[in-house]
Amino acid sequence: MNIHEYQAKELFTEFGIAVPAGKAAQSESDFEAALSAIEGDTVVVKSQIHAGGRGKGTFTDGFKGGVKVLPRAEAIDVAKKMLGNTLVTHQTGPEGREVKTVYFTEASAIQKEYYLAILLDRATSKPVIIASTEGGMDIETVADETPEKIIRVIIDPATGIMPFHKRQIAFGLGLTEKAQLKQLDKFLTGLYDMFWDKDCSMVEINPLITTPEGDILALDAKVNFDSNALFRHPEIVALRDLGEEDPKEVKASDTGLSYIALDGNIACLVNGAGLAMATMDIIKHFGGNPANFLDVGGGANADQVTEAFKIILSDPNVKGILVNIFGGIMSCKTIADGIIEAAKNVDITVPLVVRLEGNSVAEGKQALTDSGLALTPADSLSDAAQKIVKLVAEA
Amino acid sequence: MSVLVGKNTRVVGQGITGKAGTQHALNNIAYGTNYVAAVTPGKGGGKWEDKLPIFNSVHDAVAKEGANTSVIFVPPPFAADGILEAIDAGIELIICITEGIPVRDMTAVKDALIKTGGKTRLIGPNCPGIMTPGECNIGIMPGYIAQPGKVGVVSRSGTLTYEAMYQLTVRGYGQSTCIGIGGDPINGTSHIDAVKLFNEDPATEAIILIGEIGGSAEEEAAAYIKEHVKKPVAAFIAGTTAPPGRRMGHAGAIVSGSSGSAETKIAALKDAGIAVAPTPSEIGETLLSIYS
Repeated sequence: MNIHEYQAKELFTEFGIAVPAGKAAQSESDFEAALSAIEGDTVVVKSQIHAGGRGKGTFTDGFKGGVKVLPRAEAIDVAKKMLGNTLVTHQTGPEGREVKTVYFTEASAIQKEYYLAILLDRATSKPVIIASTEGGMDIETVADETPEKIIRVIIDPATGIMPFHKRQIAFGLGLTEKAQLKQLDKFLTGLYDMFWDKDCSMVEINPLITTPEGDILALDAKVNFDSNALFRHPEIVALRDLGEEDPKEVKASDTGLSYIALDGNIACLVNGAGLAMATMDIIKHFGGNPANFLDVGGGANADQVTEAFKIILSDPNVKGILVNIFGGIMSCKTIADGIIEAAKNVDITVPLVVRLEGNSVAEGKQALTDSGLALTPADSLSDAAQKIVKLVAEA
Repeated sequence: MSVLVGKNTRVVGQGITGKAGTQHALNNIAYGTNYVAAVTPGKGGGKWEDKLPIFNSVHDAVAKEGANTSVIFVPPPFAADGILEAIDAGIELIICITEGIPVRDMTAVKDALIKTGGKTRLIGPNCPGIMTPGECNIGIMPGYIAQPGKVGVVSRSGTLTYEAMYQLTVRGYGQSTCIGIGGDPINGTSHIDAVKLFNEDPATEAIILIGEIGGSAEEEAAAYIKEHVKKPVAAFIAGTTAPPGRRMGHAGAIVSGSSGSAETKIAALKDAGIAVAPTPSEIGETLLSIYS
């Protein structure tokens, strides 16, 4: 689960991680109060959406820049242009995201920019802090081109972050001044504690800056949480912004389905995450384009299958559907009944190819035939993929 | 012969008194798996399905029934505690089916596993289990799609494992052992661990490795195979079309930057001389093109 920058920075403040003073506003009437909560002749106005590249983004009405550094007197006019406007960045896709919150922050003089993040290192199964002197850049590019500029420090959860970890990072970044080391110490302790206590899957600060006065500040903040751990963090769940998520994906997760929208036109309905991915791959392999990832899980019932069809068909790009079920424990007959039931409740107007395999496959296929539903049966996954690609191409 | 589970396996079911756990455990027993006890704290002294004694702790199940293997169907908030209890009780093999365990909990589990010095092995979590066809089936794999044979199967995905097993079975090729290692970012047994076991098992003649996007376990297994494995190996990697940065169902299935992508995994496997199936329909055929 993701949260907005202003929410992340509020969490930072709770954990003693220094950020520029700021205040968020959700309506024009709150702009004045938000602006007066911060100091300085120059301020920063930041659009709040769950996507990177905001500064270089363009609004759909042509207004350029989702993040602006400007004189205090111009801040409210610019904030008005952002609020309610749709920002397109390299991460949002062409449809962009509507800005529903504007964040006013104090402007910070920058002496140097750094990169700092903490996430899970899968190789050691422990948290790893990643730091670099190459702040403000895409960290993957830094890792590819100048790997020697990346500092990696693995933390053992049994001890938590120790002074020597913090020294490795400080000296690695070339920070030696006593007052600065003290600030970084507090900063890193807060960062690790937040990562651990809040079950974060990643905290990324890019850039982390030093000011000419020697202060250390998080200029940006990106925080993701482990969705499996949300049950013990109602305070984090309260920060979820459903407006930032695909409504189809929200609906799916409410029904216990795992759905991710893609930009193709062949929808798939599959049991099992691995098989669902493989079904997308095989559609592409035979020249089609998958419209989604959809895992109905191991215990899909008629209600879930019905809901799955509704979600799939609410995507206007969908020109065909491939159902791929390997009935393990579950009988194919149960799945077939689910499809028949779903077809009664949902008007399926595009070609439908169904591949059933496994437990009670004969009864399942028979039930589909007897139902008189307009569908194309398939024997293997490759047969099914080729059939749906052909049907969609001909339609 | 087989790896990890067989006729000497004595299973304790943790959390099998729930509805789903009961059904799967009954299926396992019908297959011939030797369940000796159930553990549900607070229900100790009772009987499970008129078949097994229920204990309050795994320690009791080990002391009284000689359990050496545990299968865990405990709900996610309590599953890590269940695994740690089984480790503490000296269980040799733990199979955790539970999906949705927080990563933070699993870091503690991984640490405890390492501290056993190899005495305890964990399979999963978020996995379909393990099966030695004809002898022992622990977890949620459908027994009828398997038959005894000589191909070892290791996979991060449940239904893709079934595809591979079924493709082999309908072609007349059986399996030595099938291991579902699970789709989480932190798991107990990795591809490389399973490959080592199959490589050392005289009854396993060939190996199928099924992976997916995220992490670098497949690349590590490929490097090991290149160096040490003479047996024929076929592989399939799911997620070629997955968009970067999105979690594809499994908690561990995510491409971050250039790492974890299907392309880099397939390239590493091919570099190791492994036959990579172009589609999930051709996993069985791909192995049989290099092994008969």
